[in-house]
Amino acid sequence: MSFGSGSMTNSISEIKDCKLIFLIGGNPTEAHPIVGLEMKKALRSGCTFIVADPRQIWFSQHAKLYLPVKPGSDNWLLNAMAHVIIAEGLENKEFIKMRTEGYEELKEFLKDITPEKAAEYTGIPAEDIREAARLYAKSEKSAIYYTLGITEHTCGTDNVRTIANLALLTGHIGKSSTGVNPIRGQNNVQGATDMCIPNKMTGYQDITDNAVMEKFEKAWGVKLSRTPGATAPTMFERMNKNQFKALYVIGEDPVISEPNQDYTIKGLENLEFLVVQDIFMSETAKYADVILPAASFAEKDGTFTNTERRVQRVRKAINPIGNTKPDWQITCEISTRMGYKMDYPSPKEVWDEIASLTPMLAGINYARIENNGIQWPCPDVKHPGTKFLHEGKFPRGLGKFFVLPYRAPAESPDKEYPLLLTTGRTLYHYGAGTMTRRSAGIIHKTNDCFVEVHEADAKELGIFDGEMVRIASRRGEITARAEVSDKVKRGVIWIPMHFAEAAVNKLTKDAYDNITQTAEYKVCGAKIEKI
Amino acid sequence: MVMIPKITLTIDGKTVEVNKGKTILQAANSIGIQIPTLCHDPRLEPFAACRVCMVEVERGNSSALITSCSTEATDGMVICTNSEKVLNTRKTVLELILSDHPKDCLTCDKCGACALQNLAYEYQVRDSRFFEEPDGGVTEDENPAIQQDTSKCILCGRCVRICAEVQQDYAIGFKHRGFTTETGLPFGKQRRETTCVLCGQCVSTCPVGSLVEKQAVGKARDWELKQIKTTCAYCGVGCTMYLNVKGKEVIKVTSKTGSIPNDGNLCVKGRFGYDFIHHPDRLKQPLIKRNGKFEEATWNEALDFVASRLNEIKAKYGQDDIGVMSSSRCTNEENYLAMKFARAAIGTNNVDQCART
Repeated sequence: MSFGSGSMTNSISEIKDCKLIFLIGGNPTEAHPIVGLEMKKALRSGCTFIVADPRQIWFSQHAKLYLPVKPGSDNWLLNAMAHVIIAEGLENKEFIKMRTEGYEELKEFLKDITPEKAAEYTGIPAEDIREAARLYAKSEKSAIYYTLGITEHTCGTDNVRTIANLALLTGHIGKSSTGVNPIRGQNNVQGATDMCIPNKMTGYQDITDNAVMEKFEKAWGVKLSRTPGATAPTMFERMNKNQFKALYVIGEDPVISEPNQDYTIKGLENLEFLVVQDIFMSETAKYADVILPAASFAEKDGTFTNTERRVQRVRKAINPIGNTKPDWQITCEISTRMGYKMDYPSPKEVWDEIASLTPMLAGINYARIENNGIQWPCPDVKHPGTKFLHEGKFPRGLGKFFVLPYRAPAESPDKEYPLLLTTGRTLYHYGAGTMTRRSAGIIHKTNDCFVEVHEADAKELGIFDGEMVRIASRRGEITARAEVSDKVKRGVIWIPMHFAEAAVNKLTKDAYDNITQTAEYKVCGAKIEKI
Repeated sequence: MVMIPKITLTIDGKTVEVNKGKTILQAANSIGIQIPTLCHDPRLEPFAACRVCMVEVERGNSSALITSCSTEATDGMVICTNSEKVLNTRKTVLELILSDHPKDCLTCDKCGACALQNLAYEYQVRDSRFFEEPDGGVTEDENPAIQQDTSKCILCGRCVRICAEVQQDYAIGFKHRGFTTETGLPFGKQRRETTCVLCGQCVSTCPVGSLVEKQAVGKARDWELKQIKTTCAYCGVGCTMYLNVKGKEVIKVTSKTGSIPNDGNLCVKGRFGYDFIHHPDRLKQPLIKRNGKFEEATWNEALDFVASRLNEIKAKYGQDDIGVMSSSRCTNEENYLAMKFARAAIGTNNVDQCART
């Protein structure tokens, strides 16, 4: 929104040439190991690292500056860095003048956001915040990398815009090996978002734009609704109020992945009809009226779009196992039986339809990506694709500075639930664990849920390393093995999200970002008890 | 842009111009001249351990043998990659390597894809004058992913170096001295007890059968495998990888250097997280819940039932009480069709996916 489009501005191949990487709320060596390898390459060639994370990670041990930020206080850290950049005259005046708007308002607002004040909220010494700002501003090629540690908050969008402010202040954007880069968690988050969100048609074409809707109506031969659609959280809210009747879930396990599990389950139970399409009997499938068995990625053709906007081929290696069918085929067959004919010989023809209706993908076809994928935007078949975004101009014209005061998380630790629970991922498992927990090589390393506790907190609670403990929040409780160390900050506990039998989303809060409706998985109050 | 100066040299009588800083091996490869290597992996720093890449360089009236993988090309160099001196020396080097390598290609999983086997064939090195009984054997380790056979190790150090240089995990090292030197984990430890993250990068770079994918052992000869290029289905990096298939089964997962964006690298999930494909828990038949229990149904029954129930609910409550949730695990095409289905077949904009979870 600061630039006018949301995705990684740079390519994976540019990482190794960065001179400075500011890594905030992301753990690439575990969550995105191959991006981690590229960053390790940069590290070997002398790239400076600044790491902000409440939990020690591989890169924090190799960073020039490690900022153990308290979960939910990123806004203070980022705004204070911006304050230092302006106060010490490190801003890029030429860039601000030519390519941005809203600078004066930001400058005025930031006057009072001093590193000293930020230190109180973040727990980071003011001098470290100053040093981080100087390093970031002065480096010739600075890039910011972030993941869900920034976005899974009620202020997630604010956080992203505050990051963008830093890039706009210093002009670290629109060039090779600089920029602002969210690394995508799931294989096709980028593609799914490009294809399938409530109030946009493909490629972020707005449903309020009549020309867009008429184009789709003509192509699909049907009149389309202009009524705004519900996001997943809104659907669950309406289910809980008994105002939603049927849901068709494809390849998703909301019981495990949505926050506040009891609420999710109650919503599903209120439905009159639930169809689940998956490769395994998921927790969600147990509540279904019909389960449709789908083929895995090895059994079908298609494309995924990776975190650097690269559309890549997925190829069928074996025939669908048992009596399963690829998801695309099942959806078509239901549609046709409902009276709206959808019939394609193969995913290739589906892609051609997408490309014909989506300007940013118009130049991509299966023949062109036979050997290597192409990065959107790619407006025509002669276009080589786009390695990095925002060179010379932003999609919205000028880059916009946003004034973003701190907003506290929806729930903070208190007397009853004194610890701050935050969640994340490990190297060995993936998402709800449906696939990785069925892999012998992987469960060899980890196969049970654990909670990381700071040694001082553990001592106070009388908890020993390896002991099974009960973790509770206002919404539920789970048991897990305690891992006592100095990895997490004092007062913070960390639990991975992969284990259905100790689902951390029984504890997390169903509070959402005001714009994207991303849930606040990263902060809630909790307590630990001995069993 | 910094301009890198160019240099010109002659290789096998052909003139070649390359950027300063390139090795002789890179210069030769750039004009299609292949020089055999065992310890070389483009992802790693030059190591010059195996010596099979030796070439002859003219030095006035005499000449010298140098390793092409580790020697920088210089202006005016005259190189010969296939003189009699080079070929004879290379043959002796192969004999020396084979002197400490078991001749059990009959059952070796690497047979057909083994760089040493290919070179022995090319240079017709059937026996070694220096043959001794290779020591070591399959290392006992309970991990189900990686199998090591120290008797087959040729000490090229690729596993040690990829673990240190690329992964920076430093789990593997050289052990012992002289003829008994081998690579492996420190102090005879299990992989689980070390900094090893089971990425299998060591397996991917091993030129011989010393490190292989344990679950693939005995399942397929290399020439029986069909490699299907695809994109990893785990995180958003989108690594290019190959599913190695025999018949109806995915036997192992590999990648190739030069692949975009991962240059042949894969992580533990991508390389070893494929068992789920053939897992017995896979749903294989449509299920309809009747009286609280799931019962198997045919596709026709299940699809008709879904279509008619959705139409009924649409007629009774309106299209906006129905929603579709798709997944960022599915393909673009599938997400598009889910979106089209919601908007065109049901008539609602209630369509979303899990990108924000």
